[in-house]
Amino acid sequence: MPGPALTWELADGVAIVTFDLKDSPVNKFSRAVKDEFLATFTALEQDRAVRAIAVFSGKPDNFIAGADIEEFVTIGSAAEAERLAAEGQEMMDRVTRFPKPVAVGIHGACLGGGLEFALACHYRVATDHPKTQLGLPEVQLGILPGASGCQRLPRLIGARAALDIILAGRSERAPKAFRLGMVDELVHPAILQDITIAAARRLADGWRPRRRRPGGVLAWLLDRNPLGRRLVFRAARRQVLERTKGHYPAPLAALEAVEHGLKHGMAEGLKREARLFGQLAVTDVSRKLVQIFFATTQLKKDFGIPNAPPPTAVQRLAIVGAGFMGSGIAGTAIVQAGVDVRMKDADLPRVATGLAAARAPLDDRLRRHRIAKYEYARLAALLSGGDGYAGFGRADLVIEAVFEDLSVKQQVLREVEAAARDDAVFASNTSTIPIARIAEAARRPERVIGMHFFSPVDRMPLLEVIPAARTAPGVVSTAVGFGRRLGKTVIVVKDTPGFWVNRILAPYANEVGHLLAEGASIEEIDAAAVGFGFPVGPVTLLDEVGLDVAEKVSQVMGAAFGERLQATAGVAALVKAGRLGRKSGRGFYRYGGGKKRGVDPAVYELLGVHPNGGPRLAEILQRLVDGMLNEAARAVGDSVVGTPRDGDIGAIFGFGFPPFRGGPLRHADDLGAARLVAELERLAERYGPRFAPCEVLQEQARRGSKFYP
Amino acid sequence: MPGGNGRRVAVVAGCRTPFCRAGTVLKDVRAVDLARLAARELVHRTNLDGAEVDQVIWGQVVPSALVPNVGREVSLLPQFPKEIPAYSLNRACASANQAVTAAHDQIVLGHADVILAGGVESLSDIPILASRRLADILVEASKAKTAVQRVKAFAKIRPRDLIPVSPAIAEPSTGETMGQSAEKMAKENRISREAQDRWALRSHQLAAQGSADGRLTAEIVPVFPSRPGDPIVTEDNGIRRDTSLEQMAKLKPVFDRRYGSVTAANSSPLTDGAAAVLLMNGEAARALGYEPLAYVRSYAIGAVDPGWQLLQAPVFTVPRALERAGVAWKDLGLIEIHEAFAAQVLSNLKGFEERGWEINEDIINVMGGSIAIGHPFGATGGRLVTTLANEMKRRDVQFGLISVCAQGGMASAIVLERR
Repeated sequence: MPGPALTWELADGVAIVTFDLKDSPVNKFSRAVKDEFLATFTALEQDRAVRAIAVFSGKPDNFIAGADIEEFVTIGSAAEAERLAAEGQEMMDRVTRFPKPVAVGIHGACLGGGLEFALACHYRVATDHPKTQLGLPEVQLGILPGASGCQRLPRLIGARAALDIILAGRSERAPKAFRLGMVDELVHPAILQDITIAAARRLADGWRPRRRRPGGVLAWLLDRNPLGRRLVFRAARRQVLERTKGHYPAPLAALEAVEHGLKHGMAEGLKREARLFGQLAVTDVSRKLVQIFFATTQLKKDFGIPNAPPPTAVQRLAIVGAGFMGSGIAGTAIVQAGVDVRMKDADLPRVATGLAAARAPLDDRLRRHRIAKYEYARLAALLSGGDGYAGFGRADLVIEAVFEDLSVKQQVLREVEAAARDDAVFASNTSTIPIARIAEAARRPERVIGMHFFSPVDRMPLLEVIPAARTAPGVVSTAVGFGRRLGKTVIVVKDTPGFWVNRILAPYANEVGHLLAEGASIEEIDAAAVGFGFPVGPVTLLDEVGLDVAEKVSQVMGAAFGERLQATAGVAALVKAGRLGRKSGRGFYRYGGGKKRGVDPAVYELLGVHPNGGPRLAEILQRLVDGMLNEAARAVGDSVVGTPRDGDIGAIFGFGFPPFRGGPLRHADDLGAARLVAELERLAERYGPRFAPCEVLQEQARRGSKFYP
Repeated sequence: MPGGNGRRVAVVAGCRTPFCRAGTVLKDVRAVDLARLAARELVHRTNLDGAEVDQVIWGQVVPSALVPNVGREVSLLPQFPKEIPAYSLNRACASANQAVTAAHDQIVLGHADVILAGGVESLSDIPILASRRLADILVEASKAKTAVQRVKAFAKIRPRDLIPVSPAIAEPSTGETMGQSAEKMAKENRISREAQDRWALRSHQLAAQGSADGRLTAEIVPVFPSRPGDPIVTEDNGIRRDTSLEQMAKLKPVFDRRYGSVTAANSSPLTDGAAAVLLMNGEAARALGYEPLAYVRSYAIGAVDPGWQLLQAPVFTVPRALERAGVAWKDLGLIEIHEAFAAQVLSNLKGFEERGWEINEDIINVMGGSIAIGHPFGATGGRLVTTLANEMKRRDVQFGLISVCAQGGMASAIVLERR
């Protein structure tokens, strides 16, 4: 009886099993698929003509993406999750103990349960294709590899290499996986089937592949004796805590599962692995991470406007302004999207600097052997520049990243319109200026849009796309589609001052000035935020963004929203003193040799404040966070984002709002509007009306409603 | 004889890298990169969609051993689809002329509508050869089956085998170098040292003027450094703005120290550079929205016995091109003569004069020539076509001529027309 996923045929004693899950772009393990695997294996065991098995995927560029997460989220209890893991382990065990040899041919993503299955097979062949990646990303969803991955991987490639993959939820490209010993052979995609089937046949004839453990003396010292392993685990635990600051239980649990298994044997390890999986599966952290996963997956298909027309595929990009942002966009565009990029700035030395900066991520990849020198030459040749608008007539999309000044941007827009095609899109990378204002200078305002990148462009995952009132829907699709090709998570936001990210950051950043004035220390403020789960505190964030930029943004926000988002004079005073943050080597902190060197005490003097206790840590935190949640709620009320989902993703990817809290709006839901309103009222009474709870929260408090019903 | 097959070939645009003396500011840039830079910049300057290009034809006289077909590397720029066929050719110093005329033929035949033609030379990037004996030994060693055989092969190497051989600019058929030929022509055609120096001075002065007023520099694309902080190369570095006849007179003749007259100052220098020209079927140009600078009216190539006057072939080739064009010498409004040596230019002019043609220096090399600007062998023709076409447009001249002498006793002549 044919099931939904598996088919097989016999070829000269070898059963060629093809996994091709119906109505799904990728292969996933669900209960139904698992049952079908077990049934198929039973049939293959009984069929005497079958001497060996070779398993492949029927998907073009995907092997097995992992477990079905839709099914996973329906799990109600830890016990149920533990049972699910144990069933998975049983299936893998069935494969390993199968009386006939099982070889697997891997092409495309082989992740999570997919890799655990491959590890259970007797022989693994992988293609040397860039799409072929092997990994165990479970901890990214707050769980651990529960179908024996925590046991099999360290036994195959050693504890150190396995922990590197499991604890970070990493995927390795096929050549690296081969070097680590995760697969036995690396072949060209065209011969994957032949080689895998031949291996299965040889195994059936009694051949036993010899696996040499990689790593030499060091591996023997660290991986293959209990004392060395203890060192490895201690170091790994320390690293995990450094990275997660204790907010994420999954990596520690995975570590425990691996360690327990190596100490007490496979059977005990599996038991512990399943139990820990069960516990993790129902944690709030895991739920939040899965929600984020679903949200980003949805966002990949959502163009942010109703009935979005298909995007124009941007092949040629032109950029005005070869500064930090312009070159960052250029570099990302060539590396991620492989588009032709033309840069323009006022003079050749600026262009030269911009071209070199844009090439930097490419140079870096070459140095780290991530790309061959031929690939480097091809990508580098995509990039060119000049001091005029030559080449702009070829561009499908022009992005301006010039000085943040309305008249300068309007002038650039006029010049670009004269040089570019009529159907080219003009995008402004502004963080503060309303797109509609810029578009006032346009002959074709329907082709004008905002694309707000974050700095540094190659590393920051978020892009805000801002249609102005007259922007054509196709232009929105094109901007969103191109942002995605740059590898960005894109949210479409309303053309209001600060858009989404800077809007909700404003009260958070402003609060720094108030807190310092009241005697809080810089370290305390940052520590409070980091303790909450932010990657850095607000003071460090200001230094990173650049105090001049922050000052500009806060002026705009103050002008637009009045007293509520009015900044204190602190940042302006530092800018006046030539302290621009990290880029100038001095801000609130001192910097040297690319590192933060501690708070500069001179700052307190400059601001005329004294760190003398000030508010308690909990109070500092409440002021920082509640102010942000309040503004986020208000912005949702103003329809700055289309859905709470976009708002939360924007905050997480835009400035690192703690993912395990699910975003500011999820967090507000978790606190409950009633409690939040009460806290805000208290803060407003004590510190001023800027904390007055917004209408949206009050309404929610009255009706007991939420952002996510 | 305008065009053929009812098709006319338009010169749409051209550009070039700065021409720089070999071993100076462009010495770290490979020839292939210079060629690709000129080509890519021309694509940007003309806002051309790379998919419109049907063929790429590129001239190079001394190819790198690692990039034997530089044209294909140009057509594999990511601005183009990968399906554009390309070849490289060598007609010595007239190689880029040859690329242009070959493109002309393909367009006239109807095999192509849009062709990117050009040329490149990097004399900082020439192959240095191993000695014949060393090469034989290395081949023998690579074929050796045992270690002993290999050691035996290597044991034959003598110190003198390790001296590398660099290709000389000498005629393989006569052993005479270019400079010796120029020296011979100066004597046989009675071209004085002073006349030569005067022509060289004129070349520098006009090139300096053309650079200062922007006509020459408009054709030049900047070469950005690969290392940040290194200088951006934006101009030709052979042009001397401050030289004088007195200074030139001080130089000793190079090829005949006693009775010679050819010096470093009245010869073109070894040069690095690349040039690119965009040619189209006239109708295609209009359809794509381009206004051509000029059209190719006719061309001719010719050769003389290299043992006679090596660089005098233009005297026989230009009349042929003019005859094919149906244009008289006196109808020419602008003339570009390649300046390998002042002695050669003046010999060529003398030859023209002997045909009864009146020489009007005011229309010859109006922005200087190769003596000042430099002469990257494979690229010079691209510069001449671009410069002539642009100046024809500026002056609204109907007919223009390009005359280039080449190694091997060859010459190329091209007649352009404005409308």
